[in-house]
Amino acid sequence: MSKKYWQNFGELNHSEAFQQSAKDEFREELPFEGEGMAEAKTPRRDFLKYVGFSTAAAAIAAGCETPVRKAIPYLNKPADLTPGVSNWYATTYVSGSDVVPVVAKVRDGRPIKIEGNELSTITGGGTSARVQASVLDLYDTARLRYPMANGQEVSSLDAFDKMLGEALTGAAVALVTPTITSPTTKQIITEFLAKYPGSRHVQYDGISYSGILSANEASYGKRAVPSYDFGKAKVVVSLAADFLGTWLNHVEYQKGYAKLRKVGEKNPEMSKHYHFESMMSMTGSNADERYTHKPSEAGIVAAALLSAVSGQAISGVSESVKKGVENAAKDLLANKEAGLVVSGSHSADVQIIVNAINEAIGANGTTINWAAPLLTKQGVDADMATLIDDMNSGKINAVLLYDVNPVYDYFDGAKFKAALAKVKTSVSFNERLDETTALVKYILPANHYLESWGDAEIKPGYISLMQPTINPLFKTRQLQDTLLKWSGNATGYHDYFKNFWVAKLGSEEAYDTALMNGVIEPAAPAAGGAAFSNAKLAEATAAATAKKAGGTYELVLYQKPVLGDGRQANNPWLLETPDPITRATWDNYVIISPSLAKTLIGVDIADRQQADQFEVNPGKPVVKVTVPGKEPVTLPVLVIPGVEANTLAIAVGYGRNAQSGRATVGAGKNAYPLAVNGDFNVSNVSIEVVPKETYKVAQGQTHMSYEGRVEVVKEMLLAEYKAHPDEIMEEREKELKPFGGLDKFTAEGTIYPNYEKPGIKWGMSIDLNACYGCGSCVVACTAENNVATVGKSEVLRYHDMAWLRIDRYFSGDPANPDSIQTIFQPMLCQHCDNAPCENVCPVAATNHSSEGLNQMTYNRCIGTRYCANNCPFKVRRFNWADYTGADSFPNNQDQTIVGHLDDAVHMMNDELTRMVLNPDVTVRSRGVIEKCSFCVQRLQEGKLKAKKENRTLTDSDVKTACQQACAADAIVFGNVNNKDSEVSTVRRENKNRLFYSLEQLHVLPNVSYLAKIRNTEMETGGKLEKPEAHSAEKEGAEKKAEKEHA
Amino acid sequence: MINHRPSAPKSIFFSFFLVLLVSGFGASAQDIAAGKALFISNCAACHNPLKDGTGPALHGITERVPDKALLHSWIKNNQAVLASGNKYFNDLYNSRGKAAMNLFTSLTDAEIDNIIAYVESVKPDEKKPGPGDGVTPAAESDNTLLYGILTLILAIITLVLLQVNSNLRKLSDDKEGVPAAEPVPFYRNKAYITAFAIVLFIIGGYYTIQGAIGLGRNKGYQPEQPIYYSHKVHVGNNQVSCLYCHGGAYEGKHANIPSTNICMNCHMAIKEYGANSEKLYREDGTEVNGTAEIQKLYAAAGWDPNAKKYTGKGKPVEWIRIHNLPDHVYFNHSQHTRAGKVQCQTCHGPIQEMGEVKQFADLSMGWCINCHRESKVNFYDPKTGEGNKFYSIYEKYHNDLEKKKIDSVTVEMIGGTECQKCHY
Repeated sequence: MSKKYWQNFGELNHSEAFQQSAKDEFREELPFEGEGMAEAKTPRRDFLKYVGFSTAAAAIAAGCETPVRKAIPYLNKPADLTPGVSNWYATTYVSGSDVVPVVAKVRDGRPIKIEGNELSTITGGGTSARVQASVLDLYDTARLRYPMANGQEVSSLDAFDKMLGEALTGAAVALVTPTITSPTTKQIITEFLAKYPGSRHVQYDGISYSGILSANEASYGKRAVPSYDFGKAKVVVSLAADFLGTWLNHVEYQKGYAKLRKVGEKNPEMSKHYHFESMMSMTGSNADERYTHKPSEAGIVAAALLSAVSGQAISGVSESVKKGVENAAKDLLANKEAGLVVSGSHSADVQIIVNAINEAIGANGTTINWAAPLLTKQGVDADMATLIDDMNSGKINAVLLYDVNPVYDYFDGAKFKAALAKVKTSVSFNERLDETTALVKYILPANHYLESWGDAEIKPGYISLMQPTINPLFKTRQLQDTLLKWSGNATGYHDYFKNFWVAKLGSEEAYDTALMNGVIEPAAPAAGGAAFSNAKLAEATAAATAKKAGGTYELVLYQKPVLGDGRQANNPWLLETPDPITRATWDNYVIISPSLAKTLIGVDIADRQQADQFEVNPGKPVVKVTVPGKEPVTLPVLVIPGVEANTLAIAVGYGRNAQSGRATVGAGKNAYPLAVNGDFNVSNVSIEVVPKETYKVAQGQTHMSYEGRVEVVKEMLLAEYKAHPDEIMEEREKELKPFGGLDKFTAEGTIYPNYEKPGIKWGMSIDLNACYGCGSCVVACTAENNVATVGKSEVLRYHDMAWLRIDRYFSGDPANPDSIQTIFQPMLCQHCDNAPCENVCPVAATNHSSEGLNQMTYNRCIGTRYCANNCPFKVRRFNWADYTGADSFPNNQDQTIVGHLDDAVHMMNDELTRMVLNPDVTVRSRGVIEKCSFCVQRLQEGKLKAKKENRTLTDSDVKTACQQACAADAIVFGNVNNKDSEVSTVRRENKNRLFYSLEQLHVLPNVSYLAKIRNTEMETGGKLEKPEAHSAEKEGAEKKAEKEHA
Repeated sequence: MINHRPSAPKSIFFSFFLVLLVSGFGASAQDIAAGKALFISNCAACHNPLKDGTGPALHGITERVPDKALLHSWIKNNQAVLASGNKYFNDLYNSRGKAAMNLFTSLTDAEIDNIIAYVESVKPDEKKPGPGDGVTPAAESDNTLLYGILTLILAIITLVLLQVNSNLRKLSDDKEGVPAAEPVPFYRNKAYITAFAIVLFIIGGYYTIQGAIGLGRNKGYQPEQPIYYSHKVHVGNNQVSCLYCHGGAYEGKHANIPSTNICMNCHMAIKEYGANSEKLYREDGTEVNGTAEIQKLYAAAGWDPNAKKYTGKGKPVEWIRIHNLPDHVYFNHSQHTRAGKVQCQTCHGPIQEMGEVKQFADLSMGWCINCHRESKVNFYDPKTGEGNKFYSIYEKYHNDLEKKKIDSVTVEMIGGTECQKCHY
């Protein structure tokens, strides 16, 4: 427990700027900048006069007339709708080829919140940040609102159909879509293509899994992706597969992975996760042991692992990787069929080797399930290449593009663009005027998934149904309806869909039930392996290992776990949610290693001053990254530990065109074109600094330090934990001894009286072993609680408003990327029973409830910010500006003193976008503090539900938004006074891992954490400092000063 | 006046129960009371004991249909009786435009007898007992003016006496040869000016603060609505249950203004305001033509009363909202009506006596809090099985109740006055 955690290099080195920042509550000067008050033309006296006058005028104006409000009822109220009461409809999130079964909360006719569908055995109610944010996309102001032809609005859908009927007559049509998992849609597409001879359907996934598909065809004779059961895998070896963040069906994997990561007290066993990669991915940061290698060595590492599990000698890898491969192979062989190896490589050769490893350990049929393959990724690169050739050669006369954007996300977007120009008829069904849609002749925007009927078959027999939750907002039509119409079928899609499923399920009742549940699943899950062939292995191994070393610098393109492939790029909630590793918002950038930083930009992060200059200043040096044969990209750099020395990493999904939306404009650069033949590992890259140029990167959350108080977060190694299970408890006992010890600490550690909580006492427990940092809880919180978007310029001023943040701490030696260990800690208001914020509020705007809630009353708050100052967890947020447009003053948002807010903020205040607001939560105005409320509106609703049903409260009545969003169930919440509640059970059964952040302060938090256990013997390298290091240093300095004085 | 919880509602309820108890004469009072409750919840939407509504007037039904068994089967399942070819009921059915009556299969014979007993107990000449009948909130004697005048007179007398006193002193001083300063006229006397300023400040301050507190409060707000809808006629005279129209009050946050189709459930049949019914007057004393107001409803609903068809050209009525809470207040009707079992009149006043609705309470926070301090929670009693089981988790209070340390639990004791019960 004696290691030093750091969030940034300044904290690691304890630099001067860091000390300064630690001293200040808000890391900036108070906002008297430029022509502020001091130089204002209006002298103070005049100012006071104006204030007096306007207050009096406002009072008189307000007093004279009460505005007349109207209450307009329905003419004929729908039977299932009670205004003010939410309805929940099961539907399916489909974005590109990602499919997640969800339920949508519909309040007064508008969907306002998405939750996972707990009836799905695949995701089990889990969601990702993108799923949570998808409801905001429905109200995106950049959505196309009517059909267009040649840039002009077409008056009606019928006119559009007529126009297209003529254009498509006799044409050979290519319909390009992401992987279609919908059985009805597939049938409709087949019927449609039959009408147009020579036509074809091309499935194109922007993030290609073609390598896995081809490899599996070679190894198993199936061009498909199997199900990976991480819930059974006691040893997981990931070769750069970000399976918790972005890879394949990551929501399912998060759920499964968590099963063996939560360490029970009775049986302290957990899975072991090895990770080999080049950059620092979110999944890698969660691994027990992590080894870095050059991106071009992916094949060699895979081959080495194969050799090791086959008992052969390893060659061609670095010493550290060799050690890792040996360890991994040893564990894989020890656990045999309870092991699983996955690879994120785009190369079929590497994937064939991985298949061979899995076969060698017997994972085929156990952790790899071929009886229920994953159907969501079927796009094959070759199909797209052929299509482009055929477009060029004139074999294709018409291209219909649905939910694909190849001009943006195809590695050779320029080639596609040129080919598109040669096609006579081009139609796009995309929802916005994106890079591809801007180039087509005809546009018929499709509905958002929340406006559509549909279905998705995630795995064979596992169906998730989609039903509309709102009428289409604009003149749009879903693809299925359009195709039916264009193939001359008079049936509407809704009827078609209903007929299809009524026939399949046998009766209308069964159909209604299925629609209500949202999912149809087989009675018993199928499991089994597939016939395996090693025929291509030798060839693949030769190809994979022969790969030439790729120059000095190599590049990895990756998806951020929050933003993903860029389909939802105009979503301010996603853009403002910090990346789990870099904590940066609103941009992409080039990630470089500390050692490269030294040589490239001359920043030695071991040197205090240099590190300070780099970290404190948001303006980062700009570099030009050149890939041979490609347009260079200039981006700012961020130095992140744990990255292989000469590897660069850039996130895709940024750099959208201006029409894609007001929020995404200016956010980063497009990195897709840097991929070579679709491979995200790029060799022979050159990098050079653009002299004298800087670019501001808005990194949230690194400014909040804990002044070396490592009692904030606790972790142990599994072996230590097994040997001394109660080490953490002993540590706590020791620490609290002077104040009464663990038992009497609550009562004796304070001079304040102890208030009882007679009925309910809310409490939360967060298992750090199951928190991966993915951010779905953060977005869920934003959606549920109307948390304001502040825009990049405000994040730069540390004015972000997130109620829940995920603190990321590194430990280890930055010079050795393999030594870096990461820990994520969701940090929210701890609802302290002895809260320091409460007793400093001069107006009692924040106080404690008898249920243990730290209450924040906005209408009482006068904005002194004393509470934020006194909060040891720094979870209180101040509304520095009128972010929500909630103030009654017009033009209050853009002012000289407060500054101008970003366009993204104005976009969030659009009449349309505001429809997403939760009517049960106050929209905060300028000048008040806000913070996590434990979703008090849900608590009140749950209690009321129980009261109405004349029964006691159960765990299922109240779930906070963050708890519900978490696929790994890291968060449990409930009534601590009830001994049988989930939270009480978790706390009772995990006494040894339980700790409270900064417990010694006697703030008595109601949020408890379960310490992280790492399944490794690896000593975390780097600085092993005592927790007291900070104060010791201080003392040293003081003594020195004294001496000098003397 | 924020510290006074209006006492009128209490007396209303007291008298309501009194009325319930004494209103029956013939049959047992209890039967009639039970029958009345059943009548209100099941029948009152369409029937009135004395007047024809959607359904016929029921008084005298036992004379018209002496066969009790037949009457029972009619009420339970009128369709079966019609099908059996009973002449009286078939004639009745035809004479009323073949509008079918709802089925009440769940009513027992005893319950039906109670209803009939109630219906027969209502005397044509006597005024029908309404929920808050005969209760007018005690007129508060307003003595402010009197006190004001008295104060003024006393002040003038004091002033005069002071003046006299100072004159006399001056005279005596003159007499004794004590040198005295020139007399200052009272309007330049610093003491007077100071006293006057202080008094002015206090009075002015008082009214300024009262005015400021009153900002945004609209007790007594009674706007003129687009249609003269009288709660007195519907709730008071015709006994329509509150929840029949404002069902949302039992389900969720909003009580909801009923949609036009709810109005039309009854008003498809009720086309005019009875000529013999009591006359309706607006606040300004002008008479209201009830039938004309019903015509306005038809226009809004898009109903053609002659053709008995919807024209499809309806437009929702734009009612003026009376009870407005600020945005930062969360108020849930069902919490109060269903969980808290609070009567509508507690907050909305004697609504059954109002023509156009008037805001009864000031809806200030003090007013809310006072009620939360006084109201008792429906605590679960394991012995009798009464009360809401939700509260069984409050072990401490249960023990205290048992030991008679406390006699009841108020809303405040379970946290009902904490900020985040209403502000979040």
